[in-house]
Amino acid sequence: MSSVVDEVSRPQKPGFGFFAGSTTRSLVGGLSAAAAWSMVAALTAFWPDKPESDWAYTGHFAAACGALALALALGAFAGVRFTVFQRLQRLSPWLFALALFLAAWEAATAKLGLLPLPFFPPPQAIVEVVIEDWGRLVAGIFASARLLATGYFLGAAAGFVIGVAIGWSRLAGYWIHPILRFIGPLPATAWLPLAFFVFPSSFSASIFLIALATGFPVTVLTWSGVAGVNSAYYDIARTLGATQRFLVLKVAIPAAMPHVFVGLFMGLGNSFAVLVVAEMLGVKAGLGWYLQWAQGWAAYANMYAALLLMAFLCSGLITLLFRLRDRLLSWQKGLVRW
Amino acid sequence: MVAATASDYPVGGSTLTLREVSHRFDLEGQPLPVLDRISLQVGRGEFVALLGPSGCGKSTLLRLVAGLDTPTAGSLLTEGREIKGPDPSRVVVFQDPTLYPWRTVWSNVALGLEARGLLRTHRGRIEDALRLVGLTGFANAYPHQLSGGMAQRAALARALVNDPKLLILDEPLGQLDSLTRITMQGELVSLWQRAGFTALLVTHDVEEALFLAGRVIVLSQRPACIKAEITNARPYPRHRGDPHLADLRHQVLAQLGLDANW
Repeated sequence: MSSVVDEVSRPQKPGFGFFAGSTTRSLVGGLSAAAAWSMVAALTAFWPDKPESDWAYTGHFAAACGALALALALGAFAGVRFTVFQRLQRLSPWLFALALFLAAWEAATAKLGLLPLPFFPPPQAIVEVVIEDWGRLVAGIFASARLLATGYFLGAAAGFVIGVAIGWSRLAGYWIHPILRFIGPLPATAWLPLAFFVFPSSFSASIFLIALATGFPVTVLTWSGVAGVNSAYYDIARTLGATQRFLVLKVAIPAAMPHVFVGLFMGLGNSFAVLVVAEMLGVKAGLGWYLQWAQGWAAYANMYAALLLMAFLCSGLITLLFRLRDRLLSWQKGLVRW
Repeated sequence: MVAATASDYPVGGSTLTLREVSHRFDLEGQPLPVLDRISLQVGRGEFVALLGPSGCGKSTLLRLVAGLDTPTAGSLLTEGREIKGPDPSRVVVFQDPTLYPWRTVWSNVALGLEARGLLRTHRGRIEDALRLVGLTGFANAYPHQLSGGMAQRAALARALVNDPKLLILDEPLGQLDSLTRITMQGELVSLWQRAGFTALLVTHDVEEALFLAGRVIVLSQRPACIKAEITNARPYPRHRGDPHLADLRHQVLAQLGLDANW
């Protein structure tokens, strides 16, 4: 009886007759994406810009879109032969949508001038920024990455050690817990004015602020992880002859790791926010400073370019953290895929 | 398999003496007595079962023997020396296997050796213990990949790898399905016969106690005191259909006030 119900209620995969094969679907998907990108290229190249506007790199942008279209078409045809390229099929709908978005953007800015300038430059203006100002952008990425990495690492390490200490030792808990409760919830940016005159340089002040922003969630989550360890784990280890050191390093800490990673994740998010504020207000370098500087000159295309890079940087770092977690906590069931 | 009688204990286990052991908990300032002057003498290599209604304090008694808690009054001795804390010669197998989920089966079993710094010299014992419980092919599996019976076998291997003198079994088969349970009971007997440790089993299953133990101690309701002691001299391996075991079962149930159900 139940098997009959199963047969009936099982959702049918959409079938398109001869399109149903995965090879054919991959080909169709790839070619549609390629067509969409050729459309962007054609629209950019052949539709004249709004009169009195002067965008350099319009041709470059069109050529880049055309090249991408060509590559997608080749990939789609290669997919007929090599299954590796068929995996691109998953991306096809996104590539298609992205092309539509760019086409709309191009039309609304350079071609029709519907959006006010200088706030909404066309895509080729951003291409222009990347080509002409890449030196400053790369320097900005390095400056931001250096500041963030130092602050985050120090904050995460301190938070981890303090969290384990509070979770494990009653004495540490007695002295640190009230401080944590009182100062922890204060946004790290509130320390900014103080930090900039207490610390010898704006760089070290920013490291302190980023470490503070990272450290608080890492501390709290590590602490709750250690405090929440199943007491039977300790009983087992103790009857097998474990020392205190073993109980901390080999029982409490590994058992708390899933919590620690939640803390590291939250800390990373906090650290991005503080990084940008610190760069805007004190450190005269980095992507945050570039954003501020570009806005000051009303160079909005530069601002968008920096925002885009910043998004790549932050998203890349979060991905890295999740990869690390997937690797270290592969024993856990039901991990969220990033 | 060598047929051993209950009086013919294998050597290698340790003795256990309980002298007037009493214990109580503090529940919001109210004292809650759980153990009432329990005295017991367990010989080298003996298999003793503690049988009692659930919540009577059996597990508390085992925690005291393991050295995880100290009694409110009385003393516990092993080999004539007072039990002051946990020691790897007295290993507990809990009702829940409590394997560490972040370790593979192999490193779970390695836990005791690692904790005592013996991993390098006694590495080979882990393979032996895994073979003993029939988990050789699962050394690299994680606990969440094991069935309940396999997890409990792994927990048993984790205890046996330390070559305990006294194995403390806290309803170790309580959560298994009845078929796995019957198999594991047989395996427990042959392990005990081969390794020669003293075994102290807590259970509320009368058949299990009679199938495994040479002596069954019947405990009362909380606060637990010893109500009766029943010697079971049937030779190993025992058979579940043995009419003599059925007689003993009747006696035990009578002690527990359940003979009306017989």
